[in-house]
Amino acid sequence: MITLENVTKRYGKFTAVDGVSFVAQPGRVTGFLGPNGAGKSTSMRIMVGLTPQDGGQALIGGHRFADIPNPSRHVGVLLDASAQHAGRTGREVLRLSAATMGMGKERVEEMLTLVGLSGSEAKRRVRNYSLGMRQRLGIANALLGDPSVLILDEPVNGLDPAGIHWMRGLLRNFAAQGGTVLLSSHLLHEVEMIADEMVLIGRGKIVARGTKAELLHTAGTYVKPEDPAALLQALHAADIAATPSGDGGFRSEAEPIDVGRAAAAAGVVLAELKRAEGEGLEEMFLQLTSDDARDSITPEGVQV
Amino acid sequence: MTTTPATVGKAPQRHTLDLSNTSTVPLGRLVKVEMRKMVDTRAGLWLIVAIVAITALITVIVFFAGSDSDHTFIGYMGGTAGPQAFLLPVLGILLVTQEWGQRTGMVTFTLEPHRGKVIAAKVLAALLFGLIAVAIAVVGAALATTLSGDPGAWDNIGLDDFGKFALLQVTGVLQGLAFGLIFLNSAAAIVTYFVLPIAFSIVTSVWSALRDIAPWVNLGTSQQPLFSAQHLSGEQWAQLVTGTLIWVVLPFLAGLIRVLRAEVK
Repeated sequence: MITLENVTKRYGKFTAVDGVSFVAQPGRVTGFLGPNGAGKSTSMRIMVGLTPQDGGQALIGGHRFADIPNPSRHVGVLLDASAQHAGRTGREVLRLSAATMGMGKERVEEMLTLVGLSGSEAKRRVRNYSLGMRQRLGIANALLGDPSVLILDEPVNGLDPAGIHWMRGLLRNFAAQGGTVLLSSHLLHEVEMIADEMVLIGRGKIVARGTKAELLHTAGTYVKPEDPAALLQALHAADIAATPSGDGGFRSEAEPIDVGRAAAAAGVVLAELKRAEGEGLEEMFLQLTSDDARDSITPEGVQV
Repeated sequence: MTTTPATVGKAPQRHTLDLSNTSTVPLGRLVKVEMRKMVDTRAGLWLIVAIVAITALITVIVFFAGSDSDHTFIGYMGGTAGPQAFLLPVLGILLVTQEWGQRTGMVTFTLEPHRGKVIAAKVLAALLFGLIAVAIAVVGAALATTLSGDPGAWDNIGLDDFGKFALLQVTGVLQGLAFGLIFLNSAAAIVTYFVLPIAFSIVTSVWSALRDIAPWVNLGTSQQPLFSAQHLSGEQWAQLVTGTLIWVVLPFLAGLIRVLRAEVK
């Protein structure tokens, strides 16, 4: 279990991580989602003590990371797949880690096999690795000490669809055996595919969290009528706000049943009425995280 | 009616980590890993090959081209001490800066979050490399001295002479390590390591007020007696101590503080 309580990190006047609290439960894959620069990597570095926080605390299984003896035997960490010596071979990278942890050479070979790095690939120097291969090597490195907690920063970045599918199976299996997985991503679809729970971060603050179903539940309704103008009127009469979705349909924060009732009352024919799903989550993600982009553009844009 | 344990049939989900069966990473293991990191990359390996090769080459050159007075054990040792003292600090620098230049520090300091312990392992690894270099020089010098067979070539050799050569090289490799810790960047550390003492020497030579205290503050000057294993006076030892404090101990402490506080990214 990973527990963050009110973790804060400031760089001068800029608050990179602002009172972040959440729990990643054992037996689940928790996705840590947010745009670039939202504070994901900083939060993860704080969890493992690479970045000192200015406030709050991060505990892993009830301990500060630094208080865990030989921490790699308990917590597998991948913070940056490219942070490897370009001149070492993949196998040598793992052997150095294994030697530090006190794991045997056989474990290195097992992990190479597990992540699908072949004998000839393991002999190549890391500078000749694709990002996908580096990610696999990083996962092997994280799993080397047979940990029960995984902290992975953007592990899916650079993987092809088959690689993402493989990662999904690996992490779900790890969680099914009681392990805790926290993985970050700036891409919603990646996390959506892999994670059971999601924590959304924007501008250093947690903006939403919950299971996918819980998050979707707040996303509202998609409705597509035969006559858009008539539906808009009907919704207006029922005091339901709706916005056009661009394909002749509308989105609303209201429940589908309420939208349906309003349409029925006005006798408007509906072609589609459903709970807003995938797109809803994406919209929410964009909305929750767009403040950053908008704020950085607006000042100049308005003044010029 | 009996109650069955709640955990039956379902894997227990651990909310806390049980640390009772895990011991900390022993320092010796970290030292071994740090030494391995110097030989498993081309840069590190070639540097070590260069140190060994130049030591052998100088010994051979002195053997064939040196005058009779050079054909002593101390003469051979003095010949190889210079090039070793030139290259070993670079090894010390790389021992630290490769973690930042290649960003492997993110892995190193996650495997062992106590950074002081990692630095201690690097210091011990640097010491061992320095001593191994001296040992290679000793073997070369002993072979060459035996082969040249000049009378009196083995005269006046005491344990303290080995100590002086060891002190010279160990100081050098640790100075490199200290500069590495301060700059956390190979190029900056190497350039500063070589340029700063030269600039300092120039300043002390033209500025008469400094000339008198130069032996006390210029490590290069105070280390001179070590190259020829001369007898050092009390004052010379004191100058060696102050020079080492200024050029090795202080930079090391400053670098250590920097690394302990730095954010590793």
